[in-house]
Amino acid sequence: MTRHVDAIVVGGGIHGCSTALHLCLAGLKPVLIEKDYAGRHASGVNAGGVRQLARHIPEIPLSIRSMGIWEKITDLLDDDCSFESHGQVLVAENEDELAACRARVAELNALGFVHEELIDATELRRLVPAVADTCPGGVVSRRDGAANPAQATTAFRRKAEQLGATVHEGTAATNIRHSDGIWHVDVGAQSYTAPVLVNAAGAWAGTIAAALGEPVPVETVAPMLMITSRVPHFIDPVVILRGRKLSFKQFKNGTVLIGGGHLATPYQDRNETVLDWKSLATSARTVFELFPVMRDATIMRAWAGIEAKTKDDLPVFGPSARHRGLYHQFGFSLHGFQLGPGAGAVMAELIVNGGTQTRIGDLSIDRFHSPTL
Amino acid sequence: MTMAPKREAYDVVVVGAGPAGLAAAATSAEAGLLTLLLDENIGPGGQVYRAIASTPVTERNQLGADYWVGADLVQALRTSDAEIIQRATVWSLDRNLEIAVSVGGASAFVKARRVILATGALERPFPIPGWTLPGVMTAGAAQTMLKSSALVPDGRTVIAGQGPLLWLLAAQILRLGGRIDRILDTTERGNYFAALPHVFAFLTSPYFAKGLAMMREVRAKVQVVSGVTELAASGDGQLASVNYVAGGKRETTPADLLLLHQGVVPNVNLAMAAGIEHRWDDLQLCWSPVLDASGNSSVAGIAIAGDGAGIGGAGAAVVRGRIAARAAVEALAPAVAAKLTPMAALRADLAKAERGRIFLDTLFRPAPQFRIPSGDTIVCRCEEVTAKDILDAVAIGATGPNQLKAYRRTGMGPCQGRLCGLTVTELMAQARAKSPQEIGYYRLRAPVKPITLAELAAVPKTEADVKAVVRG
Amino acid sequence: MFKRSEQDKRPPVQIFVDGTAITARQGDTVSAALLASSRDVRRSTAVSGAPRLPYCMMGVCFDCLVTIDGVGNRQGCLVPVAEGMRIEIQKGKREIGK
Repeated sequence: MTRHVDAIVVGGGIHGCSTALHLCLAGLKPVLIEKDYAGRHASGVNAGGVRQLARHIPEIPLSIRSMGIWEKITDLLDDDCSFESHGQVLVAENEDELAACRARVAELNALGFVHEELIDATELRRLVPAVADTCPGGVVSRRDGAANPAQATTAFRRKAEQLGATVHEGTAATNIRHSDGIWHVDVGAQSYTAPVLVNAAGAWAGTIAAALGEPVPVETVAPMLMITSRVPHFIDPVVILRGRKLSFKQFKNGTVLIGGGHLATPYQDRNETVLDWKSLATSARTVFELFPVMRDATIMRAWAGIEAKTKDDLPVFGPSARHRGLYHQFGFSLHGFQLGPGAGAVMAELIVNGGTQTRIGDLSIDRFHSPTL
Repeated sequence: MTMAPKREAYDVVVVGAGPAGLAAAATSAEAGLLTLLLDENIGPGGQVYRAIASTPVTERNQLGADYWVGADLVQALRTSDAEIIQRATVWSLDRNLEIAVSVGGASAFVKARRVILATGALERPFPIPGWTLPGVMTAGAAQTMLKSSALVPDGRTVIAGQGPLLWLLAAQILRLGGRIDRILDTTERGNYFAALPHVFAFLTSPYFAKGLAMMREVRAKVQVVSGVTELAASGDGQLASVNYVAGGKRETTPADLLLLHQGVVPNVNLAMAAGIEHRWDDLQLCWSPVLDASGNSSVAGIAIAGDGAGIGGAGAAVVRGRIAARAAVEALAPAVAAKLTPMAALRADLAKAERGRIFLDTLFRPAPQFRIPSGDTIVCRCEEVTAKDILDAVAIGATGPNQLKAYRRTGMGPCQGRLCGLTVTELMAQARAKSPQEIGYYRLRAPVKPITLAELAAVPKTEADVKAVVRG
Repeated sequence: MFKRSEQDKRPPVQIFVDGTAITARQGDTVSAALLASSRDVRRSTAVSGAPRLPYCMMGVCFDCLVTIDGVGNRQGCLVPVAEGMRIEIQKGKREIGK
């Protein structure tokens, strides 16, 4: 059976769900196709950082756009997504790192971005009392925070469905093809047709793009996270390091999430990852050094979500350079969660209005196909 | 006994020193394979032979002949060349057969050519109102204290539930001079008829005569109430009374200790965390690993033996341990395998040991109301999540145990779903009119037992520290 | 709740529970020793503060969590007592770094 819809969104991560929702808000009736269930992979199991801090400059406008949505997330979704805004702090562990922070903030200010603010040792200690005394300062982005990723992704999915999106979970989109200006996608025995196709398939999106003649340098990665048992409250903001791979966040319930981008081995076809405990031990050592209070906390569980990482660590976002009606939204390279709400809004504008006020030009897929690369 | 592993690599690593693990490790080591046995407890024996090498219960008849069988297994193992480490907690196993083990507060990694998981069983969750109150314990807990420390109940004690272990425990408590005020038998009356077609196999099984004698011994001394259809524990911060309905009549009995038991189920956490495929078993109402006739799992190189492979009891566990070890020997040292007991003989032993199991599984199939709670009854003990909380999450879109975590944190506490997983699966299956297989189970993750950050931080440095290398 | 069988001839071991000396027996687990002590050894949970005692005694339920010689969240049912061992009953979330 074939059903015609306004748009086909492939991938039920926070990006696909957000785009489906924003298409609904614009009056379209999309179908969202997810091979497992919404939030099964990176979107549901990432660190939940809602971060403008320390982003690549080309994606800052999208991040700022997204932040505005996060701050009113309950109005949009009828679900608070456990979003909390206690800021995010980047810690410099020595004077060299602090100098790099100073240069970065100056660079952003020159470009007109003011969300990052240089802080000295005193302000660092005020924001993060538990940090080791040796750290001379850092950068804070005060509006940043964190949310519960699975809750947020599910809330986007639920709201999209309430507003008229069809959500098709449990079967992969196959046989994606284009004829006479119409996209065709098979989902088991069902087929969908639409003038618009959004490729938001995360770790699986590179394969889709390649099959449609737009290969991009993208690999599948699985950043690892681990979480502790409940400990008494001792830290509010999310902490990341300038020089080493570490992100650190305490939830309201007392558990502490430790991440930072050490990678597991993904087995994409099996939806499985094999953790690298020796690398996780490195994260543990970093916490051990920087947060002495955490030394006898208990590690409860570790995991990794499967996602796509591009060669230049920037997402592929915007219309296809090759096919009419095809849009890409993938390759968020370990930092896509915060961008989800804004990217969905911008994507809907691109699809419905043919353009957007948010500056996204540097994220286009044709950056990989220009002769200069 | 609590030293780190002597080597970094072994031919065979066996996890668990219960009947299956003891037999597997002995078989493997006797065949000349470099064998390591890792066990979490203070001494070997698992649950059924708990404290077999150290029990203060010296009057042998009190624990029964079946218990002392374990001493021979331990003896056979100790005369072999297997390296045995007690108080060793395996907290990670992956499909590369890399094992992380915590011994004495420090973690080590060992690599195996073959892994035999003999992690046994745990008692099925018994989520009745008040089951988290101090004073409510499992029957197995009381039996553990009895075997390893000669401790017996001495306050007002009620035992509730069903199954062979319950009667064995009652008999042992009485023999050691402990107190039991009442036994509440929750076996569903209909089960007797359902089990009837399997009764012949049971009559000729090893269970029959022993079971009957034990029930007679207990009934002579304790008031037994059968046909119990409702059960609750109550008290203010401490168990004060047990409330139940039997034959339509509601009763309350004061109690200091309530011991619950409704059978055992495979302890799947390490196997699932290793990525081994499991299926829902409709007869035993639990997850069991998908295995071939030699116990090999869906992950190459990992076999499962004993009750972790599906509940079969201690006798079957010993044989399954030997089968899995023999299969490992066939794979790693085929020339030696010829000297071991032939596989055909082992399979015949297994068939004999498993005789009567279907009768027991059918007769002691726990009633739905004791598996699938409602209202304010706690399901997840760690995160204190009630049945109603879970149904509310289902109503707003939680479709399975993993989605439920985001709403309610079920299974995210230290026990990692061991005490709530089956309940959550069955509860969600019922609420969503799906089969437990369709609903699925928590995705389990290492560490399968928590470790301290300091212990992880002390793991030796490797190249991976310098650069996060993607393996494989 | 529990008493020791008279046939138990194991040597005594002294441990300290929240500073008070109690006598256990060699080979007891911490949890067994606590339950045999007839003291109030209920911990309170990190989630709601509800009182709990060990439930499974075989290492799966984590209701026996105690602080042993300064290290918190240990499974008391898996650790044997040792002479002079210091046990603290955990109340609520375990303090860290103090």
